[in-house]
Amino acid sequence: MTADLALSSEALTKRFGDFVAVDQLDLRVERGTIFGFLGANGAGKTTTIRMLCGLLAPTSGEALVDGVDVGRRPEEVKARIGYMAQKFALYNDLTVDENIRFFADVYLVPRKKMRDRRAFVLSTTGLEDRVKTLTGTLPAGIKQRLALAVALLHEPRVLFLDEPTAGVDPLSRRAFWRLIHQLKDQGTTVFVTTHHLDEAENCDQVLFMQAGRAVGLGPPRALRAGADRGDRVRITGGSGPALREDPRVLEIYAMGSRWHARLRHPAEAAALARDHGVEVLPVSPTLEEVFLEAIGEGAGR
Amino acid sequence: MDAVLTEGLHKSFGEVHAVAGVDLRLPARQVLGIVGPDGAGKTTLIRLLVGVLAPDRGRVALMGHDALADRAAARGLIGYMSQAFSLYEDLTVQENIRFFARLRKVPATLRDQRAGRLLEATRLAPFIHRPAGKLSGGMKQKLGLICTLIHEPKVLFLDEPTNGVDPVSRREFWEIVDELRSDIAIVVSTPALEEAERCDQVALMSGGKILAHGTPDALRASLDVPVWELEVARPFQAAAVLGQTLSEDAVQLFGDRVHVAGDTDAEALTALLAAAGHQSVVRRIEPSLEDAYVRLITRGQR
Repeated sequence: MTADLALSSEALTKRFGDFVAVDQLDLRVERGTIFGFLGANGAGKTTTIRMLCGLLAPTSGEALVDGVDVGRRPEEVKARIGYMAQKFALYNDLTVDENIRFFADVYLVPRKKMRDRRAFVLSTTGLEDRVKTLTGTLPAGIKQRLALAVALLHEPRVLFLDEPTAGVDPLSRRAFWRLIHQLKDQGTTVFVTTHHLDEAENCDQVLFMQAGRAVGLGPPRALRAGADRGDRVRITGGSGPALREDPRVLEIYAMGSRWHARLRHPAEAAALARDHGVEVLPVSPTLEEVFLEAIGEGAGR
Repeated sequence: MDAVLTEGLHKSFGEVHAVAGVDLRLPARQVLGIVGPDGAGKTTLIRLLVGVLAPDRGRVALMGHDALADRAAARGLIGYMSQAFSLYEDLTVQENIRFFARLRKVPATLRDQRAGRLLEATRLAPFIHRPAGKLSGGMKQKLGLICTLIHEPKVLFLDEPTNGVDPVSRREFWEIVDELRSDIAIVVSTPALEEAERCDQVALMSGGKILAHGTPDALRASLDVPVWELEVARPFQAAAVLGQTLSEDAVQLFGDRVHVAGDTDAEALTALLAAAGHQSVVRRIEPSLEDAYVRLITRGQR
């Protein structure tokens, strides 16, 4: 573990009775980067985040967040981090401005900084002219940006986002990620969990987690390249049932009028194309395919 | 016979035209994906299609039956899983299935045959005696699907079924759709464009209207400009550079890559980035559905 990293852990472990939720996790997150933390439900993501935020004491192991030991000084960690939970913790019956002021007090933002921080929040969310709007009446995409801005009021060095874009439409997601990149540009470290693997491609490093353990780590491009054995193909034409029966096809699923498949051997693509009268083109695996493979759940058989 | 046919469908709530003139046609045994921003009217449209809401104007026919005038017949032919679809949390998996089968008047022998097959396909068979409230999110969603399918509907309506569902459960969900699609028509709304790519047809909805409707290939092909993909070391900064010269909507981040939709060429893009100190590799690509979506929706909102 090194204090000059934004976040690091060594053999971080959490047990609940006999159940090992997080098992000897080693993390290294550089300052000013976006770190993606991916896993199926129950993989241990939320438990890890809760430990890193000082909300849950580790059973064993250690973690430093912004140089502070989370096991020994959890209160100090809380002042250095921002946390945006899955359900945006905003008061729907308060106005935008009332939410901002309320959370500024909760996060102990000094009075003299308040004006600047409020201005920052409003410009970030583009809500300057809607300070008196009831938060409950805002569209989900705007509410999400407000929740993010509120988590940034006290200028945290490390920002934790737990599935921030669940149920948010594609354009709002794009706007959200532009904001995240801006924060990174300003030196904030972002630690994010998501179920959308296409979003994970925004991260500098991605960690795949399964049953409390890390089962993959790297930049998205390197992970995709590492899993590219030339056996993934796009098939145009042909019949699904016939292709499914073919022993040369290990996995196949429909993509609109085409198919995505994994072949037993890349060299069999030409013969497959000839036998079924179809077009077979090699494709790179998506990060989602790489992830499912890493956790031992290949795509549809 | 068409699974779904609508003519001039309108629905307003006060001043809000949630659905403003929708004509849709979905042939039997096809999967239609409905995508669009929040507030586009997707949920209202689905509620009109299944007949839980009456339109102000226009009509809906399901397998040839008018959704309102011939409601009883239409209802028997469809399955509908809303976003708020609720199971009985204190009943077990099996009890929930039996409850919904009774609602739909499915005879016990048929019910058990179908339930067996569906439980197998969803890998829920080992959990039939577990209370629904003790299932994970993905398992609940699959149980909801079983309950929706127990009367073997001809048309299935799913309103954002994979919201908040993890990648493993989502993959299982689409495997089930793949098995169903040879027998029944499916209408599914989703905020995820990579899911829309798996549908036979996609309808892009915004402001209560269908902006575009066709196969994913046709929607991709409807882009009036080429799409370029750029690999750069610092994509966010590179996108900002390009956005200053080209229109901002034309430049989109796709994770660690940048897409540019526009009448330009690889040399011009490379030169533009090189002038700002970015080394890049540029190639023309087949547009993704998301490229088409971003362009159509941002234009439609203007």
